[in-house]
Amino acid sequence: MNAIKYILLGTGFGFVLTKAEVISWFRIQEMFRFQDFHMFGIIGVAIVVGIISVQIIKRFELKAADGEKINIPDKDPTQVKRYMIGGLLFGFGWALTGACPGPLFALIGSGLFIIIVPLIAALAGTWVYGLLQQKLPH
Amino acid sequence: MEFLTQPWPWYVAGPIIGLFVPLLYWAGNKPMGISSSLRHTCAACVPANIPFFKYDWKAQGGWNMLFVLGVTIGGFIGGYLFANPDPIALSESTVQDLTALGITSFEGFIPKDLFSFDMILTPVGFIVMVLGGFLVGFGARYAGGCTSGHAISGISALQTASIMATIGFFAGGLIMTHLIFPLIF
Repeated sequence: MNAIKYILLGTGFGFVLTKAEVISWFRIQEMFRFQDFHMFGIIGVAIVVGIISVQIIKRFELKAADGEKINIPDKDPTQVKRYMIGGLLFGFGWALTGACPGPLFALIGSGLFIIIVPLIAALAGTWVYGLLQQKLPH
Repeated sequence: MEFLTQPWPWYVAGPIIGLFVPLLYWAGNKPMGISSSLRHTCAACVPANIPFFKYDWKAQGGWNMLFVLGVTIGGFIGGYLFANPDPIALSESTVQDLTALGITSFEGFIPKDLFSFDMILTPVGFIVMVLGGFLVGFGARYAGGCTSGHAISGISALQTASIMATIGFFAGGLIMTHLIFPLIF
């Protein structure tokens, strides 16, 4: 039952990403060239809806479906280097492949099997990060 | 039916994407994210005694693996079963800029000039597909999240860390597009 729940939610998420054309290499280029409002509109509105939702969850101490209190984790803001360097490197990859991790999966689902190549490369990147983690500045 | 095949405008898609943040908290107290699934895959397949991959991936990341399986199915439904028959309505200036870089095919989600099995061993194809993919994976873990985990979910929870990471994502994308693309294409 739990498994089906997450698969269904993922399916919904992948479907919206696809219909929004967020998974398009061309749309990502359009965004980084500031030539259309589409991507900024999507990310901006998603963040506004997210912020309002999280505020409602916190103010009213809402519970999850299983009755547990919803716990919104904090991320350590002191590791400035990791966010700046890691963020920059991710941004390079985002512009090159035109896809962040979610779209990689949705693109493969849409039948573009060539995207298995950047996905395997992303797994390799993840693995190399794990290997070097303790030597990298964070 | 038309609603399923046509692309959705930002004011329809944006709010729905944002709602996945509370939906996942409600469904199982999970902060939305995608790129952790790559770490869980490494932990499941090639942990190689690396401390970063030595944890109970099924307990911590099982839900996330199912979620990305769903994202793949969602891509199949939205991009294959109910595929948009028309090319993406890109702005004229983007088409011009990309044509100047040598892109000739504007059909579908990705340019066939760059993404094909024949291109993998060419310098441009290798940089775009292999180096690009590598940086997505490496950078996401280094920064502790990707566009979903930081830009959407993290900023929704007003995390300073996520704002810093998102500034990094955009700065990286801008540098790549405006300064490095002209050198590699």
